[in-house]
Amino acid sequence: MSAGVGVDLENLWIRFGDFVAVRDANVNIKGGDFFSFLGPSGCGKTTILRAVSGFLEPSEGNVLIGGNNMKGIGPNKRPTALIFQNLALFPLMKVWENITFSMEIAGASARDRRKRADELLDMIALSGQGDKLPSELSGGQRQRVAIARALCAEPDVLLLDEPLSALDLKLRQHMRTELREIQKRVGITFIYITHDQGEALTMSDDIAVMRAGVIDQIGDGKAIYNDPATAFAASFVGENNVFRGKVSKLSGNEALISTNRSGDLLARISTANHGKLKVGDDAMMFIRPEALSLATSGSTGDNFVTAKVTHEEFEGNTFNIFTEGDGGKEIKVSIPNLGQSFDDHTGQPITLEYEASNAVVVPAGELANE
Amino acid sequence: MMTSDKIIRVSIWVYLAIFFAYLLGPLLIMSLTAFNSPGFPRATPWECLTFDWFSALFQDERILNGIKNSVLVGIGTIILSVSMGLAGALMLTQIWPKLRATYYTIIIAPILIPGVVIGISTLVFWDRVNRMLGLGADSFLSNGLFLTIIGQSTFIASYCMLVLVARLQRYDMTLTEAALDLGATHAQAFRKVLFPFMMPAIASASVLAFLASFENYNTTTFTFGEYPTLTIELAQKVRYGITPAISALAFMIVILTVFAALFNEANIKRKEMVAEARKDATVGELAGKIEVPGILSRNTPAMLLILLLVVTVSVIGSSFVYSPNQCIADVHEQKRIETELRIQQLRDQRAKDAAEKAAKEGAAPVQKQTAPKAGNNSGFGGVFAPSTLDNSDN
Ligand SMILES: Nc1ncnc2c1ncn2[C@@H]1O[C@H](COP(=O)(O)OP(=O)(O)OP(=O)(O)O)[C@@H](O)[C@H]1O
Ligand SMILES: [Mg+2]
Repeated sequence: MSAGVGVDLENLWIRFGDFVAVRDANVNIKGGDFFSFLGPSGCGKTTILRAVSGFLEPSEGNVLIGGNNMKGIGPNKRPTALIFQNLALFPLMKVWENITFSMEIAGASARDRRKRADELLDMIALSGQGDKLPSELSGGQRQRVAIARALCAEPDVLLLDEPLSALDLKLRQHMRTELREIQKRVGITFIYITHDQGEALTMSDDIAVMRAGVIDQIGDGKAIYNDPATAFAASFVGENNVFRGKVSKLSGNEALISTNRSGDLLARISTANHGKLKVGDDAMMFIRPEALSLATSGSTGDNFVTAKVTHEEFEGNTFNIFTEGDGGKEIKVSIPNLGQSFDDHTGQPITLEYEASNAVVVPAGELANE
Repeated sequence: MMTSDKIIRVSIWVYLAIFFAYLLGPLLIMSLTAFNSPGFPRATPWECLTFDWFSALFQDERILNGIKNSVLVGIGTIILSVSMGLAGALMLTQIWPKLRATYYTIIIAPILIPGVVIGISTLVFWDRVNRMLGLGADSFLSNGLFLTIIGQSTFIASYCMLVLVARLQRYDMTLTEAALDLGATHAQAFRKVLFPFMMPAIASASVLAFLASFENYNTTTFTFGEYPTLTIELAQKVRYGITPAISALAFMIVILTVFAALFNEANIKRKEMVAEARKDATVGELAGKIEVPGILSRNTPAMLLILLLVVTVSVIGSSFVYSPNQCIADVHEQKRIETELRIQQLRDQRAKDAAEKAAKEGAAPVQKQTAPKAGNNSGFGGVFAPSTLDNSDN
C-alpha cells in the first residue's frame, strides 16, 4: 500500500470525427493520490476518464497504469473501477448482489459474497440494508453503494465521475469528507472528476484544471488558487476580479499593468508565466474579493483602485460590496465579518487597496464564463 | 341538468353493452353451440346439454395432429423469431446513427408484406436452395415444419423486434459498461445484466410470437407440406361441413386464454403487493424474512382464477358422470312424435281439401288426389328438391 499505483497520460489526444475532445494531455498521477480533474461541463473530463478505464481508445498517445501501457487492454482487464456519473447500479439486483458483482464474475460462492457485502455495508454505514433494491434507497445511500461496489473489485485505481453532483448540498459536503476518509483508509489512487471547485479544493492532493479539452494547469489546491497559470484557471477557480490591460513595466517578477480605466496597477506575475511576459503584451490582472480592502485615510500602501458602490450584501461570514470600477465592470470586495460595525456605502465612491503580492498577472486569455 | 347527465350515463352503458356484445357475443354463442347436441353448431333451439363434442374432438386424429404441428411450429417460431428479434433490436442500438432510420424501415418491412407473398417466396426460395444443393424432395430444407417456421419467422421476428426495442430503449447502456468495468466479459454482461432486464419483453415477445404463429394461415398454407397445422386442418374441415367439435375446440382456446390472462393479472397484482410490502417494511423486517402476502388476500384476479379453476374441474368431473343419452333419446322421441303429428295433420288437411273439392266439382274422380307431387308446395318452385337436381344433372 506504500506507493499505490500511479497513472500517466502521455500526449493523449482524443477525437470524435473532426471534434477534438482532449488535446495533448500530459498528466502524471502519483500512486495513492487523490487527483481531481476540474473543469466546466463539456470540457472533456468524462472522456479522459473513459480513456483511463478502457471504454475509449485514445486517438493518439498512451495511458499508463502502474507503468504499464494499457493500449489494447479492455475495461474488464484494467485494474480500475469506475463510478459512473449516473451510478449505474444494477436495478434488478439487491444491494448486496450489486456490491459483490465483481466477486460473482470471479466465481465466488454466495456465502463469501454475502460476508464481504456485509463488511462493505458496515463500512459505508448501511448495515442490514443489503436485501433492498437500489430503487428503495435514498440518493446518498445509492451513492455509497456505488462506491462499495467499486471498492469490492479491489481496484488499484478508483475513477469517480462527478459522483456527488446529484446530491443536495448538505449531503454533498458530508460525502466529501467521507470520500476523503475512505481514500485514506484504502490507500488506493482516486481520480476524481468534478466541475465544482469547492469539491476539488477540499479533497484533492493535486488538481488538473481543464478548459475545452486542454489541461491549463496541474498543481495542488493552493497553487491552483493562489498562483493560476492562465486567465481561465484564475477565473474558474474561486471568485476573482479581472482587470485587462497592457504590460507597461517589468521589474523582476512583478509587472505594472496599464488599464484603460483603472489606471496603472502593480501585481505579481504568476509562477508559470515567469519570463514569458514582455512589455506591451496584453495581460490580465486578477485580485480576489478578499484581497481587496477599503482604503483608510492612514493607508500606507501604494496600490489603489477607485470605484462606486452599487450594492452591498451580508453573507454571514463576510460583507460583500459590489462596486462599479472606472470602466463600468463589477468589482467584488469581501470583508470578513469580525463583529465590527459596518456602514452602508451604497452610491458612494470608495477607494480600494490591495497588496501587489496578492494580485496576479497572467497573459490575456479566455475567461471562464459564469 | 340531472336528466341530461342521466341520458349521458345511460347512453354510455348502452354503448358499452353494444360494444361488448359485438366483441364477445360471437364467442359466447359459439361456446354455447359446443354444448348443444344437434350435429350442426347452433345455440337455438336448445336440445340437450352434451359434452360429446369434446370427446368427438379428442377422437379426431386430424385435429389432434394439427394441434401437435401447430405447437411444434409455435415453439420453433418462438425460438427463431425471438432470437432474431433480439439480435435486430440490439443491432439497432449499436448501428451508426445515420443508418438507423433506414435499417429500421428494412427490418420492419416484412410486417407490411402480405403473408401470401411471404409464403410463396419462402417456398420458391428454399426449393431453389434445395435444388442447388442437389438434395431430394424429402430433404430437411423442404420439410414442412422447417419451411413453416422459417416462413412465419420472417415477419413474426419483426413483431418481436418492435416489442424488444421498446424495452431496450429504456435500458441504460452504462449498466453494461459498469459490468464490463467490474471484470465481466461481454457475454457475462449480456447474461447477467442485459438479459434479465429484457426478460419481461422476451416473455411478451414469446407469447406474441406463439399466438401469431398459432393463428397464421396465409403463409402456412404454402409451406406446411406434410405437416398441416391446426388452422390448415380447420380450413380443410370447414369445406366438408363443420360440427360442434370445432366449437368445442374454440371454447377450450377461449378458456385457456382467460386462464392465462387471469394468471398474468394475479401475478402482476402479487408483485405489486410484494413491492408495496417491501416499501413499508422497516430495515429489520427486510433483513429478516419478508412476508409474502397470501396470494388470495386482496387479489381479485387470483380469486377469479381459483373460482374458474374450481368450475372447470367440476364441469370436467361431472362430464364423466353425466350422460345426455336419455335426453337425446327423449328429444328423438319427441321429434318423431312431432313429425308424425305433422304428417297426420297434413293428411287430414288434404283429405279435407279433397273432400271440399270433390264436393265442389261434384262427380270428380278420386284418384287425382292420391299422388301429390312431393316438392311442389315449396315456395322456391322445387329447385332444392333432390329430384330436381337429379333431373338437371341428367
Ligand atoms: N461519443 C461521442 N461522440 C462525439 N462527441 C462526444 C462523444 N462523447 C463526448 N463527446 C464530446 O466531447 C466533449 C467532452 O465531453 P465529456 O463527456 O468528456 O464532457 P464532461 O467534461 O464530462 O462534461 P460534464 O461535466 O457535462 O459531464 C463534449 O463536447 C461532447 O459533446
Ligand atoms: Mg461528464
